[in-house]
Amino acid sequence: MDKTINQKAWFLVLPVFLVVAFSAILPLMTVVNYSMQDTFGNNQFFWNGVGWFKELLDPSTDLGGRFLDSLGRNLFFSIVILAIEVPLGIVVALSMPREGWTVAACLVILALPLLIPWNVVGTIWQIFGRPDIGLLGYTLNGLGINYNYVSNEFDAWATVIVMDVWHWTSLVALLCYAGLKSIPDAYYQAAQIDGASRWAVFTAIQLPKMNRVLLIAVLLRFMDSFMIYTEPFVVTGGGPGNSTTFVSIELVKIALGQFDLGKAAALSLVYNLIILIVCWVFYTVMTNAGAERPAKQGVA
Amino acid sequence: MARIDLVDLAHSYGGNDAAPESFALKPISMTWRQGGAYALLGPSGCGKTTLLNLISGIVTPSRGKILFDRADITPLSTQKRNIAQVFQFPVIYDTMTVGQNLAFPLRNRGVPKAEVNARVKQIADLLDLTPHLNRKATRLTADAKQKISLGRGLVRSDVAAVLFDEPLTVIDPELKWQLRSKLKALHRDLDLTMIYVTHDQTEALTFADTVVVMHDGRVVQSGTPAELFDKPEHTFVGYFIGSPGMNIVPAEVRGREARISGHPIVLNRSYDVLPSGAKIEVGVRPEFVDVAPPAPGLLSANIERIDDLGRVRFARVRIGDAKFAARVPPGFSIPGDTAGLVFDPSHVHVYADSRLVEGTA
Repeated sequence: MDKTINQKAWFLVLPVFLVVAFSAILPLMTVVNYSMQDTFGNNQFFWNGVGWFKELLDPSTDLGGRFLDSLGRNLFFSIVILAIEVPLGIVVALSMPREGWTVAACLVILALPLLIPWNVVGTIWQIFGRPDIGLLGYTLNGLGINYNYVSNEFDAWATVIVMDVWHWTSLVALLCYAGLKSIPDAYYQAAQIDGASRWAVFTAIQLPKMNRVLLIAVLLRFMDSFMIYTEPFVVTGGGPGNSTTFVSIELVKIALGQFDLGKAAALSLVYNLIILIVCWVFYTVMTNAGAERPAKQGVA
Repeated sequence: MARIDLVDLAHSYGGNDAAPESFALKPISMTWRQGGAYALLGPSGCGKTTLLNLISGIVTPSRGKILFDRADITPLSTQKRNIAQVFQFPVIYDTMTVGQNLAFPLRNRGVPKAEVNARVKQIADLLDLTPHLNRKATRLTADAKQKISLGRGLVRSDVAAVLFDEPLTVIDPELKWQLRSKLKALHRDLDLTMIYVTHDQTEALTFADTVVVMHDGRVVQSGTPAELFDKPEHTFVGYFIGSPGMNIVPAEVRGREARISGHPIVLNRSYDVLPSGAKIEVGVRPEFVDVAPPAPGLLSANIERIDDLGRVRFARVRIGDAKFAARVPPGFSIPGDTAGLVFDPSHVHVYADSRLVEGTA
């Protein structure tokens, strides 16, 4: 078959290309440029090659130590909140009503935390947790529990994790609820006829049918928690000490606090690369899981 | 295996207090023989799926009772009724293999492993699923999936009846025949009561010994395919079954004579007592009316078009305002726009208010 060759299409792509070039490619290239150089201000740059990257991956240097510590903290944080939010989101979705006016009420209540801006969430919890005037902090101390997120590492971590769970479990729950709603009634009726227990219905029908949305939920929550900045910055400011300093907080400190553009650029490139790789792995897993299904489906 | 009795069974989705006319299923009483193959036939919304779901226990009836072998099972849950049901769309447990799918109902009931394996093997053989036993069920074709849904019902040795809710909807036409013959064969081998819901008359007539025709929440006739064809008890059965459906035209009936648009037709039986004030109609299947050249003794009709169905031709004609279909005898060529109609008196039925009137010999 002869295809009509028409180069005019390039002109149609051109505006998008220009927008992307100015908004993404040029800034990214600037960062790549910075990451290879050092500056002492005055817009004077000195070539440093891969020096910053070497330092970044070497725990014995100051930069490497700070990066790898915060990376470890960040991974731990992501794993903890995934381990809490995903099961909790599923439970919430399963216990939501299926029809009637209560559905709308539940959806609105669940959506509320998602609609609050990050720094407002941070401020809410910062005040909520204060031992002198915050409802949570005051009550806990009143109950004899010595709670102070400013001075105690464990308390700071607990506050940040509970805050993230409060903020984002709704997202997992809403995604799961959408997955659950798409299961036709016939499945439940068949399971009833097959004498399936509640647990068997969950493992044989609901969980497999939620498979795809769960993968999306995990991906979104991982990326978001891995890039978390605003809420812990507002609540704990990364403290006490460095105990809740996550990668993005460290990055801002280096870039804007110390004005070490080269170090910060190298860090943000590696940080970006980690997120890209994780996304790619997830994407591959997701498309493979999907491709298995319609492989040999004649009619459906 | 069981005989199923419905006693004054009725259902309304609006609850028991709803107006009787709005009931999805109006009160019915009937018996389903043990080992019978039944088809529930009717247009969409006639209540056939409601009836099926009442028997399987997915829906609890507003009124009446359901008996399995004379035991009242109305309050029992679906699980305890020993019913197998095949749904319109195949229901498959995604993560399981074909074998695990078949074993699922038995494992849920705590049947010993050796027995489960033996039953699964037996049923897989019966349904020609043995080569697929270790494959993921989601990778099979729609007809194989429907067989798995059916198999999950059959593995249980205590199954009282198998219910089918339009099971061939998503199956390719050429596979429909195969699957339907498979169902017939299973019915012969297993001596199970089977109830098959469909709106497709071919499916119903080829599958069932007894076809139950439903219309507007009521059972209008239940009988063998031949009975439904030869002697429809309700005008609805007449035109719903058969292709083209039965001709039903208003007429005046007196004794052994019916007058259609003033023209007399001879009847085989005598109709002396007809309910007064009722709407009287005459029904005759197109297969029993022949088109002939116009003649003074024949009812004349205007020919609108000829449908050639290959094996047989039907003329679509008009008598006054009434539409009518009649067979065109082989080799007969239509002389013009008008034709005479020749009736076979033994197949002309009389209906009063849509219900069949039995004449006297």
